Amino acid sequence: MIADVASCLTVSFGLFFFLAGTVGLLRFPDVHSRLHALTKADNLGLGFIVIAAAFQAADVWTVFKLLAVWLFTVAAAATAAQLVARAALSACQTEEPNR
Amino acid sequence: MNVSAAFDIVLCLLVLAVAGGAVLARDLFAGVALYIVFGLLLTVGWVRLEAVDVALVEAAIGAGLTSVILLGALPHSPAQSSFPLKIRPLALVSCLAVGAGLCWIVIGLAEPTSGLRPAVEAQLAHSGASNAVTAVLLNFRGYDTLLEVAVLLLALVGVWSSSRDDRWGGRPGPRQHVRPGGVLANFGRLIPPFGIVIGIYLVWVGTTAPGGAFQAATVLAAVWLLAMMAAITDPPRLASGALRWLVAAGPLLFILAGLFGLMEGAFLTYQPGTAKMMIVTVELALTVSIAATLALLVLGPARHGS
Repeated sequence: MIADVASCLTVSFGLFFFLAGTVGLLRFPDVHSRLHALTKADNLGLGFIVIAAAFQAADVWTVFKLLAVWLFTVAAAATAAQLVARAALSACQTEEPNR
Repeated sequence: MNVSAAFDIVLCLLVLAVAGGAVLARDLFAGVALYIVFGLLLTVGWVRLEAVDVALVEAAIGAGLTSVILLGALPHSPAQSSFPLKIRPLALVSCLAVGAGLCWIVIGLAEPTSGLRPAVEAQLAHSGASNAVTAVLLNFRGYDTLLEVAVLLLALVGVWSSSRDDRWGGRPGPRQHVRPGGVLANFGRLIPPFGIVIGIYLVWVGTTAPGGAFQAATVLAAVWLLAMMAAITDPPRLASGALRWLVAAGPLLFILAGLFGLMEGAFLTYQPGTAKMMIVTVELALTVSIAATLALLVLGPARHGS
């Protein structure tokens, strides 16, 4: 019961951050702001959803697996964000449309 | 109406909407983006149907690899799709007729049957694999898998054949510019050990639980592509004999195993005693070959002279 309530709460937190990230993606003016909204907010949102799933996990190994999923996603998102940001930056500097 | 039924209905509607959007998008890039979303939603759908094996393949090959290939093909395509679509009455009528016929057949199916499931489960103990999906793919319906692998190999030959004559046998893929010690270089060093372990785990666990050659191969292909993107290793020369053997080893070993079965009965049959060993051997060889093939499909034809 307590675990279910905790899951509901953390899923709601997670969804709030996903929503905020999506709004940012749609509303922010340039690539770097949009990227910021997307990667930062979504990583946090996914973290909360992982915590919510961990409350429902059958054993401690599942919790470790969920944690690993989150860590890999954060590493991949951070790397992708850096690469997109750098590509956008060089596209701005050379005044060439970046495909 | 309970929550899971509502979820399923919303999921079905989303899949249909995204599929329609992907087909009708004016901009090809938007079409590909919607196709990626379509693949992810379909993956959730397969999980809901408890077909985790199919979900894994859909996520890895449908949403992941195919999307990468489509994105790579975008610069070589005209920017606009042929929208607005010209309505061809004959085509429209025949599509509607086929669709109505399919609906009629599905609705008219006698009662929910369990299909071939009882037959598979009855023979599972003799198949050499305790995961029913693997037993079907590599033992009961080995033909299907063999032909799939042959199709992949033919696709790769087709991609290689589109190399320019003076680049034939050279290295594929774009030249990578990576800052030494930068983010990409570090990520490319960090991830491959985990990816290789996960790939080997997926193929090993495939005999008893969801997993298998195709799922593992996609993970390994992604690891190899990442290592090449991070300039840790160069793309191979396509003329390399070792590479060609690597790509052909899986299908060859599969055919050899099939011929071995021919000596004791029919093509692609395994004896119950040796079935597990044969399946694991074929799966391992297939994994390596499919991984190399998928990565090479993404890299495309040779672009730099040999």
